[in-house]
Amino acid sequence: MNYKNLLKIAVRALVRNKLRAILTMLGIIIGVASVIAMLAIGEGSKRSITDQVSSMGTNMIMIMPNMQRRGGVSLGASSSMALRYSDVVTLRNESAYLAGISPEVRASGQVIYGNENTQTTIYGVSDEYLEIRKLKVGSGRLFNDSEMRSMAKVCLLGQTVVENLFGENSDPVGLTIRIKNLPFLIIGTLEDKGESGMGQDQDDLILAPWTTVQRRLAAIDYINGIYASAVSEDKSSLATEEITEILRRTHKLKESEEDDFRIMSQSELIETMSNITDIMKYLLGAIAGISLLVGGIGIMNIMFVSVTERTREIGLRMSIGGRGQDILRQFLVESIILSILGGALGVIFGYLIAKGAGGLMNLTTFVSTQSVVLAFAVCFIIGVFFGWYPARKAANLNPIDALRYE
Amino acid sequence: MSNTIIEIKNLRKDYHIGEVTVHALRGVDLQIKENEFVAIMGVSGSGKSTMLNILGCLDKPSNGDYLLDGVDVKTMNRDELARLRNRKLGFVFQAYNLLPRTTALENVELPLFYNSKIKSKERYDRAVNALEAVGLKERMHHMPNQLSGGQQQRVAIARSLVNDPVLILADEPTGNLDTRTSFEIMELFQDLNEKGRTIVYVTHEPDIAKFATRNVVFRDGRIQRELVVSERSYAREILKTLPVENIEEFDA
Ligand SMILES: Nc1ncnc2c1ncn2[C@@H]1O[C@H](COP(=O)(O)OP(=O)(O)O)[C@@H](O)[C@H]1O
Ligand SMILES: [Mg+2]
Repeated sequence: MNYKNLLKIAVRALVRNKLRAILTMLGIIIGVASVIAMLAIGEGSKRSITDQVSSMGTNMIMIMPNMQRRGGVSLGASSSMALRYSDVVTLRNESAYLAGISPEVRASGQVIYGNENTQTTIYGVSDEYLEIRKLKVGSGRLFNDSEMRSMAKVCLLGQTVVENLFGENSDPVGLTIRIKNLPFLIIGTLEDKGESGMGQDQDDLILAPWTTVQRRLAAIDYINGIYASAVSEDKSSLATEEITEILRRTHKLKESEEDDFRIMSQSELIETMSNITDIMKYLLGAIAGISLLVGGIGIMNIMFVSVTERTREIGLRMSIGGRGQDILRQFLVESIILSILGGALGVIFGYLIAKGAGGLMNLTTFVSTQSVVLAFAVCFIIGVFFGWYPARKAANLNPIDALRYE
Repeated sequence: MSNTIIEIKNLRKDYHIGEVTVHALRGVDLQIKENEFVAIMGVSGSGKSTMLNILGCLDKPSNGDYLLDGVDVKTMNRDELARLRNRKLGFVFQAYNLLPRTTALENVELPLFYNSKIKSKERYDRAVNALEAVGLKERMHHMPNQLSGGQQQRVAIARSLVNDPVLILADEPTGNLDTRTSFEIMELFQDLNEKGRTIVYVTHEPDIAKFATRNVVFRDGRIQRELVVSERSYAREILKTLPVENIEEFDA
């Protein structure tokens, strides 16, 4: 039998049983579409999270005290006091890879203006902090050196705090609020930054000179952490090594002793986050894989049932001169046509679902070529295999047995 | 002296169903010559269909020889047998066995699809001619469910004719039809036979067997007797004597 005849026979057989053809295709469409959509959503959320993390500054380096624990028990307060302002000075003087550096002292407490009050965190920092954390002054100004030295009671408010105390779109610069019952003059506000990749409100904060927060609000003599920025993103691992070396030396740690500080660079964080989102992507992929399997079983069922149904047709075809291989090829071509059509429709639907879901979830989804190829290939193989396999048995029957089949 | 198309010697067919063996054919010897018109008769279960299926190469004998057109069928493999059915044989079934939801034309074209030498133009022309020969040219775009039983059987006969076979085999072709329609089918067969076609058909009705030139009667898997039909019926003449209102056809 030549290919033109084969194609014509297969197409006629499909047209004769439109419903069966559509049902078979449906299995393929669902399988392909769900894999593509799920992977697109997974890839989209991965990119959106990494984008947001990098918007926090890709060359940021955080130094925290190493809260040592043994068997889950904290080894006392001393370990959280490992960092001091002198470390900031040393690093600023000695490091070759740092562009900016700032101490961080945190205090949380109630903030009051008139009848309004709110609970927030007050960050005591130096002026370089804003550059490092990609924060910008909205209105007003930043505090200056003399205010830092004199522990001046001045502060800058994040937008959430502004809203909570003064209402939306107000400019409270020049007013005085009470933080933990001390009066602070508002000298500026920060620009809106939105939520972080982890859903944290990045505008719910107050900035003040680190000296003020350390002495007047937290009443401690150490600092909670150091924020620095590497001169560039690719220097951040060098900077990390250098910081480790300087701090171990100045903290006089012996060879055998563990670091009493912990360094996290933003590039590491991005890596961690993308690992997490990868896991999420695989999870979605697994769900999609299950739908692929379900779709595959659907295809398999319909093919098996239809071959049983069609055994008499096969018998007739053989009795008028169709060879076993002609029958097999017909079934093969039928299922190739269905798989290609179904696969193509599945790609289109998958794309549309990804776009639609992206719109609903406020996420830009990415349909990757790989996912299209993967989904299409798997469904194609399943479709073609299960189109061909059940027909094999029927094509090996005696024509008369196939004709009499019930 | 005309050529022998079918030569059968000591043909046996056993069916094994679990422990039980059914001897459907117990040693049959038969010769059929070109242009013969043979009716195979016998009661139900006597082995008529088994015989015909083997003649049509739809089934294989358990024992014995079958020479078709001088070729020993035993020596042929599945593909060669398929080719033989495609080029030399036409089969008509009691249940018509047309593809559903497929026009008469496409049903008739079907055997020619399995012959790659035939181009689509020729395929179409031959199918239309075959339908014309059975008087259904105007109905060629009808689906089987839009045709009466007699018309469906005519389509099936057209399908068996389309490859210009040396032998047409029909297993109770009138079994599902009323008397008048049965005669019309037999008229068609007699016409074909007059034009030189060899035809073997199965029937258990003596009336229908009388249209043949020779009757072979089976009993318990053996040929009980063979006879040349002495008072042969001619369907065209009988049809003239039948009342016209009896024209309604029985749909299977
Ligand atoms: N596929 C089969 N399996 C088992 N027994 C069969 C089969 N086909 C026919 N037979 C048996 O063979 C005998 C002859 O059957 P068959 O040729 O169909 O008779 P007829 O057509 O004369 O009525 C019967 O006893 C029948 O039961
Ligand atoms: Mg029978």
